[in-house]
This record gives sequence, structure tokens and C-alpha cells, in this order.
Amino acid sequence: MTAIEVHNLHKTYGAHPAVNDLSVTIEDGEVFALLGPNGAGKTTTVEILTGHRRRDSGRVEVLGQDPQKADLGWRIQIGVVLQEVRDAGQLTVAEVVRHYARYYPSPYQPDDVIARVGLSDSAGVRLLALSGGQRRRLDVALGIVGRPRLLFLDEPTTGFDPEARRQFWEIIRTLRGDTTILLTTHYLDEAEALADRVGVISAGRLVATGAPAELGGRADAPAEVRWLDGTIPRTVTTADPAGAIAELSRRYGGTVPGLVVARPSLEDTYLDLIGDVPS
Amino acid sequence: MSTTVATASRPTVATRPPSALRIGLSRGLLELKMFFRERDAVVFMFALPPTLLALLGTIFTESFQGTGVSASQVFAASMIAGGIASTTFVNLGIWIAAERDDGTLRRLRSVPMPPSAYLIGKIVLVVVTSVAEVAVLLAVGVGFFDLQLPATAQRWFTFGWVFVLATISCSLLGIAVSNLARSARSAPAVVNLPFLVLEFISGVFIIPITVLPNLLLSVGALFPLKWAAQGFRSAFLPDSMTVHEAAGAWEHGRIALILGAWCLGGLLLCLKTFRWRGRRDR
Repeated sequence: MTAIEVHNLHKTYGAHPAVNDLSVTIEDGEVFALLGPNGAGKTTTVEILTGHRRRDSGRVEVLGQDPQKADLGWRIQIGVVLQEVRDAGQLTVAEVVRHYARYYPSPYQPDDVIARVGLSDSAGVRLLALSGGQRRRLDVALGIVGRPRLLFLDEPTTGFDPEARRQFWEIIRTLRGDTTILLTTHYLDEAEALADRVGVISAGRLVATGAPAELGGRADAPAEVRWLDGTIPRTVTTADPAGAIAELSRRYGGTVPGLVVARPSLEDTYLDLIGDVPS
Repeated sequence: MSTTVATASRPTVATRPPSALRIGLSRGLLELKMFFRERDAVVFMFALPPTLLALLGTIFTESFQGTGVSASQVFAASMIAGGIASTTFVNLGIWIAAERDDGTLRRLRSVPMPPSAYLIGKIVLVVVTSVAEVAVLLAVGVGFFDLQLPATAQRWFTFGWVFVLATISCSLLGIAVSNLARSARSAPAVVNLPFLVLEFISGVFIIPITVLPNLLLSVGALFPLKWAAQGFRSAFLPDSMTVHEAAGAWEHGRIALILGAWCLGGLLLCLKTFRWRGRRDR
């Protein structure tokens, strides 16, 4: 089944096109990362898909409904983790999670959710006193407490230190399978670590979609084969590196001196993709 | 982690969502908790109207000739309207602007909350805080400024309906005025200007109201505070005091009509102008 279907989505702020002819399909159970630099249109896209913002044109279906016209029954199935919420400072973690569980017909046990995001030791702490990372985990707890079929995570780890990010990724991994996840990020390694598929967005356009390993035709992109001919470095670029090595191997009678085979890294591919779009 | 357990326990039948009333009452409790935990804000908000009453009642001590009613009694009765305006108009105006600024409203838009549940939560907050504020003002008025509690059931009835209509109309105006503040920081400035002006031209700070120039009187008469203050005076003061009212009468019919109209108009204004997003969210 399809969780999200977007066709030719457009959204403009004044003269500035934030989302430009974006189409994407996300299947049930998938973890999909919308990857792109700041200002590429990630948040706008998420806001449109979650019914927070109206689109200019295009067709959008999320869990079979148009988010602009969706009802509470639809919203019950959706979890949203927004950016920059600093609410309810005077309440404790446990009070807030328990409260938000009451909006749903069949929520998870609040205490289980608190444990799942690793906040059990802070359950009695007021939100004002939480660190940035703890606050983000609480946001995730509130996003999942209603047992969503589909979870939106908007830049969940921006501003984290590397260790906090890794811990956060573990939390997201435990949600796999239960929940379809659409996350936005401008971190390449985050998309690679978490997502089944990545959509690269740049200047409001989706410029490539695929599994991280295959992104931008990376799997069958021409590879560079480098070796030393005496002291002179030689390079051939070929779609068939194995054939090239077999040929060199025959020429040198076994070991090829200084042999290196290189494919474009994900980072090369990504920079290539977002650089392709005129801004 | 219990991924498989969670998958197995996913409900296959759609369950009925919780009712707006249940969510609303739960929100009301939460709002009260948040409100009363802002200890300093609570103390100062509750203390402002009684302090103003104490100051005005101490400074102006003369009596109204032929009525035996002192200025401080008139202040005590009128200030009840000022107290309600403070717990409703001022508090809601600032509170909701802050909710718009800190992301509370965006979060609430992301969860299955019927908008009526939000309103129910606010009603709980406003009713509890307004009753508490009026109780404090009555205690100060009766204890220090010879305010007489209503002697007849009919006067208590007047007190009751004026309280209800004043609370509703001023709350709705508070919700509406919250839209004018661009941020939590600017909200107190935005809300306090109209509040203070209205206190001056509605017969709360300046008594008797008849000393006001006609223009200010007419402007004040457009808003609910003037009518609420007049209503409370009618519940607490002897009928001989009607000579010091603008129309020379308590005008119960007109008070009910104008406060009722503001309830209705305020509701329409809120429905028309309420924004879940802050201006900084574009």
C-alpha cells in the first residue's frame, strides 16, 4: 500500500518558489529521507503533507486523504515531530506524554514511550530543565505516543553532537516496521544510516530518488581505475572496472602496481546532484 | 526493543476517538497546572487589581452626598470588573500570544485535537482564575473598604449574570487581541494599552463615571468593561447611587444586551481571526 503520493506539488512564497514540481511516492513501512541543504524546501514539503500549510497546486494524498481536507480520524494515524517547539516549560516529561496520550483512541503506554526514547530517568523533570537533545527525544515521544501509522520527523538531529545523533538514530531504528517514516535532514550520513530510500531535494525540486547505495546512478557510474606504470600514474575511467583490471593483470603478469579502484562517494554524488540545479 | 510486540498489538478495528469534552477538561487541568506553576506571574497578576483597589480606596475617601456611600465602596464594586478583565482579557491575550510563539499551537495542530477542546481548556482556566480573583477582591473590599455583599437574592442574581457575561465577552476579546501581538515578548505591551485605557474610561479608575468628558464616555460605552463595572455597582451599591451613573439608572437591560452582543461578536471575531501559526512562521 502507498502511504504518501505527491504529484507535481508547487508552493511559492511571494516570488520565491519553495517547492517546484515535486513528485514522490512513499510505500507503507518505508523509511524515506528527504535530503537537501537548508532552504531547499524540506520543511515546506513536510508542512504541506501534514496539513499545516496549503499548497498552490499539485495532488497530494497522505494515507489516502488530502491533508488540506483531512479530519481528526486521519490525524490520529499521523505523528509529527516539528522543529523549534519550546512549549509547556512548567510541566514534567511524564505529565506531557500522559496528556498527549489522551488525544488518541489507542495510544502506547506513556511510560513505555518515555522508556523507548530514553527519558525514564528524566520523567519527573520539567521541560524547561531539559537539554536540547532531551527536548528532541520528548518531541519524538509525543510524535509516537498515539501509535501512528506514519511519522514525520523534520530535521530531528540538527544541532546534536555526534554521540547524541547516534543515540537518536537508535531510537528511530526501533520504530522501523511499525511505522512509515518520512524524515528530513541535511546530513548525508543520517540519510544513509536510517533511510531505505533517499530523495535529494534542491531549490524545491526533487533531483534524484533511490536507495542510498544507488543514488544518482552511483552503483553503475563509471569507476576510476588507477595504477602505476613504472613511476608514472595512469588512470582509466570505465564502466567495466573488472575487465580493465583483468586486462592490466595480464599485461603485468599478475599483480598490478599501485592499483586503486574508486567509485564516486555518496558525498560526491550528493554534491553533484544539488550543484546541478540552477538557483 | 519490542518491535514485534508493538506490531502485533496494532488495533485492527477503528476505535472511537476521545470526545472533545474529555480532551478539553484534560487540557483545562493542564492549563491550570502550567498557570499556577508560574509562581511569580500568578502572584503579581492576582495582586494587581486588589493593589489598585487598596491605593484608590485609600487615596479617595470622601462620600457621595446623600447616599452614605464612600468612594472606596464604589471602587471596590467597579474593580471586580477590572479584575475579571485582567484574568480574561489580559491573561488570555498574553498567554495565547505566547502559545503561538513557543510552538504550543503548532503542536496542537499536529495532534487530533478538536478546536472546541482547546476552547474548553481555556474556559476552565478562565473560570477558575476569575472566581479566585473575584474572591480576593471581595475579601479586600469587604475587609478594608466597607463593601457590603449583596443583601438580596435578586442582587446576587445580578452579580451572577454580570459575572458570566463579563467573563465570556472579555475572554473572547482576549483571544482576539492575542492575534495582534507578533511575539510573546510584545504581547504584554500590546494587551496592556487597550486594557489601561478602558480602565480609565469605563468607570473603574475614575469615579463617578459622570466626571468623564462625553467623548471618552461614549468610547468607553462601546466596550464591555464599562457595562460590567456598572453591573457590579448595581449589585453592590444602593439604588440611590444611580444618580452617579451616566444614564441616571442601572440599565440592566442595556447591560445584558451589550455584554451579550459582545459575547456573540467576540465569538465571531475569534472564529474569523484566530491563527494557529505565529507571524514569524510566515
